[in-house]
Amino acid sequence: MSDLAALAEAVVGGAHSGEQLEVYVARGHDTEIRAYDGQIESLSSATSSGVGVRVLLDGGEEGNRLGFAWAGSLEDDVVAVAVAEARDNAAYATPDPSVALAAPDGVSAAELDLWDPTLEKTPTDSKVDIALALERQVRGADPRIRQVSSADYGDQRIEVALASTTGIRSFTRRTSVFLSVSAIAGEGSDTQTGSGFSVGRGPSDLDPERAALDAVERSTRMLGAEKAASGRCTVVFDPRVVSTLLSVISGALSGEAVVKGRSFFAGRVGEQVATPTVTMVDDPTDPDAFGAARYDAEGLACRKNALVQGGVLAGFLYDTVSGRRAGRVSTGSAVRGGFAGTPGPGCRALVLEPGSLDQAGLLAAVGEGLFVQSVTGVHSGVNPVSGDFSVGAEGLMIRGGTLAEPVREVTVASTLQRMLQSILHIGSDIEWLPGIAAGQTLAVGDMQLSGS
Amino acid sequence: MLGAALAKGGDMAEVFAEDRQTSGAVLDDRRIEELSSGRERGAGIRVVVGETTGFAHTADLSESGLLAAAEAASAVAREGGGGVRTVALDARRPVDARARILPSSVAKATKLELLSRADDTARSTGDAISQVQAGYGDSRRRILIANSEGLLAEDDQVRTRLSVVCVASGDAGMQTGHESVARTEGYEIFERVDVDEVARVAANRALSKLLARPAPSGEVPVVLAGGSGGILFHEACGHGLEADHIVKDASVYVGQVGEQVASPLVTLVDDGTVTGEWGNFTVDDEGRPAARNVLIDKGVLTDYMWDWLRSRKEGRASSGNGRRQSYQHLPMVRMTNTFLLAGEEDPDEIVAQTPNGVYVAKLGGGQVNTATGDFVFGTMEAYLIENGRITEPLRDANLIGNGPEVLRRIDALAHDFDMTPGTCGKDGQSVPVGCGQPTLRITGVTIGGTAA
Repeated sequence: MSDLAALAEAVVGGAHSGEQLEVYVARGHDTEIRAYDGQIESLSSATSSGVGVRVLLDGGEEGNRLGFAWAGSLEDDVVAVAVAEARDNAAYATPDPSVALAAPDGVSAAELDLWDPTLEKTPTDSKVDIALALERQVRGADPRIRQVSSADYGDQRIEVALASTTGIRSFTRRTSVFLSVSAIAGEGSDTQTGSGFSVGRGPSDLDPERAALDAVERSTRMLGAEKAASGRCTVVFDPRVVSTLLSVISGALSGEAVVKGRSFFAGRVGEQVATPTVTMVDDPTDPDAFGAARYDAEGLACRKNALVQGGVLAGFLYDTVSGRRAGRVSTGSAVRGGFAGTPGPGCRALVLEPGSLDQAGLLAAVGEGLFVQSVTGVHSGVNPVSGDFSVGAEGLMIRGGTLAEPVREVTVASTLQRMLQSILHIGSDIEWLPGIAAGQTLAVGDMQLSGS
Repeated sequence: MLGAALAKGGDMAEVFAEDRQTSGAVLDDRRIEELSSGRERGAGIRVVVGETTGFAHTADLSESGLLAAAEAASAVAREGGGGVRTVALDARRPVDARARILPSSVAKATKLELLSRADDTARSTGDAISQVQAGYGDSRRRILIANSEGLLAEDDQVRTRLSVVCVASGDAGMQTGHESVARTEGYEIFERVDVDEVARVAANRALSKLLARPAPSGEVPVVLAGGSGGILFHEACGHGLEADHIVKDASVYVGQVGEQVASPLVTLVDDGTVTGEWGNFTVDDEGRPAARNVLIDKGVLTDYMWDWLRSRKEGRASSGNGRRQSYQHLPMVRMTNTFLLAGEEDPDEIVAQTPNGVYVAKLGGGQVNTATGDFVFGTMEAYLIENGRITEPLRDANLIGNGPEVLRRIDALAHDFDMTPGTCGKDGQSVPVGCGQPTLRITGVTIGGTAA
């Protein structure tokens, strides 16, 4: 048994009678290296750990009450204080029959290997070399590259143990590595930016060359960009943008948002909410998905959940509490933001069933429109409750089925509801990016472009 | 400790110790759902060698834990001068928490009453209010910074906040309204803050949008209400004036000191000393006293914002803008309270003298690309201006502009003024900031609505 699981077991053993207790114990080891101008600008490396405790006071008919506390330490005395605080906090909650801790549901976890043992053995010097090479590659790729504002290597090893008095015992560990680079291209007084990424479970999965070339291409092809004229048009979104859009839409697929009346999908199961070509699943059991996981944040097995099938809304994602409130069971979809957060339902690996066209084929099929390579203001301009959608965009016009002149300082707007009903093409180019949703090229008709 | 960190050589070593306690509560769907408490203690150790920074952190504040972190941080100093170094530290200046009523001394039940009151008031504001979430949070952050230059400084920062988010449901779907108060003060803020008013503002914001029409698209004159967000300046030029972007030539404001970069009406100040504002502190996270810095004076750029690392390069002093999210993060240049000084006009007159345009009563978040200057900011409450009068409510949208262009287009400034709290995200770190501005008019900015 890992030391984390042993600690979790010991904490659960200390539960009082008349209460249920759940403990989430996490430890992470992070390395971050930033290269700049041929040197290491910063290197940081550290281990951090902590605990999140939920105590449920059994209130019988009236309902249960839940309290939470966390601490950024695994020291016995600190953990004991967190348990006492969680217990005290529970006494103030409103009794609620839906409140419960997860209990084993018989679903077994997928066999996923998310731990690359080579990461732990990779010397820091090799990681430094990767970061330096990434920066060098971008600087040397094109005379128009003026600056590399950041070239980062990062990796993470995370271990999580969960145990509860309701019989939950889970232990997960995963590694991840990433490269990210931001380039600034210039010509005369014109300046444009572009970025590139590469992610994987271990250093050998990384593709620094592709990340570098991506940053170079994306920044240089924007040189000369101007505002486009306002009007309605078809918009083709780059895979990275689509990953972001799906993440926002996932907020409306949360069972908690639905039961609390904060989702535009509420009450619409069985209805046609998207074009018939749209099939959307959340599948954390897919080993290729960045967010692949064996267990959810309450210790239940992650599973594949169909959300939209043939354009028809099929269901929502639930954790234990939102599932009970909706008269359903957990779909194994609890997520939490580390030991300092409480669980709630959410996506880990949302993906659209791919179409038949790659990006070039899709642009040819669209013919005329705007290709959006990046968006800004997603948190300020997209509302998963109302569905209102308005984002800043930059990209290139599509003319005669290919990419034409660059465009900046415009917005594209619609509503999420209308966009789902206006999907013209779904790309075949699934790309797993850091985050909770896959990227793939997507064409959406009837968007309002606002510019000059 | 500092000596150990410099054992292998290096120009500067720094220890940042932090002890943070938080408590929070959420009322949602008419229930007190969650009371939480958290505790985090640890130290971050930084060693700077030439252009390279090594960093490590630990939650183990014992001598051996700190020495291990110091050794890890100094690993970057592979070929430094080395040798034993002793550091004499200045006498400490004790700092008292500026909170009159420490939130930890207030009974949990008392804090929960605020939330129940907010819920009742919001729901009674209109029958169409279908959901209310009210959140309370406080934190006490005690920090100590010592570095090998002999600096020793401490601060004790207490912050308290309350937020209300309402959903209103009508024939045309749902809309959301949000309002919050957040101060660098203790529980005494509730002697002044009218919780009912906060709830009513949030509720009315959602209710008014039920009747809202789609925002226009294209370039329009925009009047921003006093205190509507100030986020405009935070994004349009604040980030671009952070020295870390400047030294990397990644800002449109590089080389512009002494130049006219904005309308002569614009005097922009960043001021960490404004007592009680959300971005207020006594010393920054590098131990420098908070300061008032004039960034733009009557349209002329006077200075950038600096931290230790970037000011050292220029042989000048830090401006007190070195901040970090926690002991687990490296400090970087961050804003504090950034605001535009008030003008002389009457706010109502400014609207009356705007034949047609958009009136923004409340802004949401924003985002900027400092290298190109393009930025977006979202509306949370906006209206049409027709014939010099504020008329119909508009649905949420982003506005997009280019920093230097928009700053030149400010042609009216009122004598009213207000600040708003916000959370600023940069390079993965969040810090509390304040933004402020009087009522002002921009002659033209692109709004990204769906109406043609």
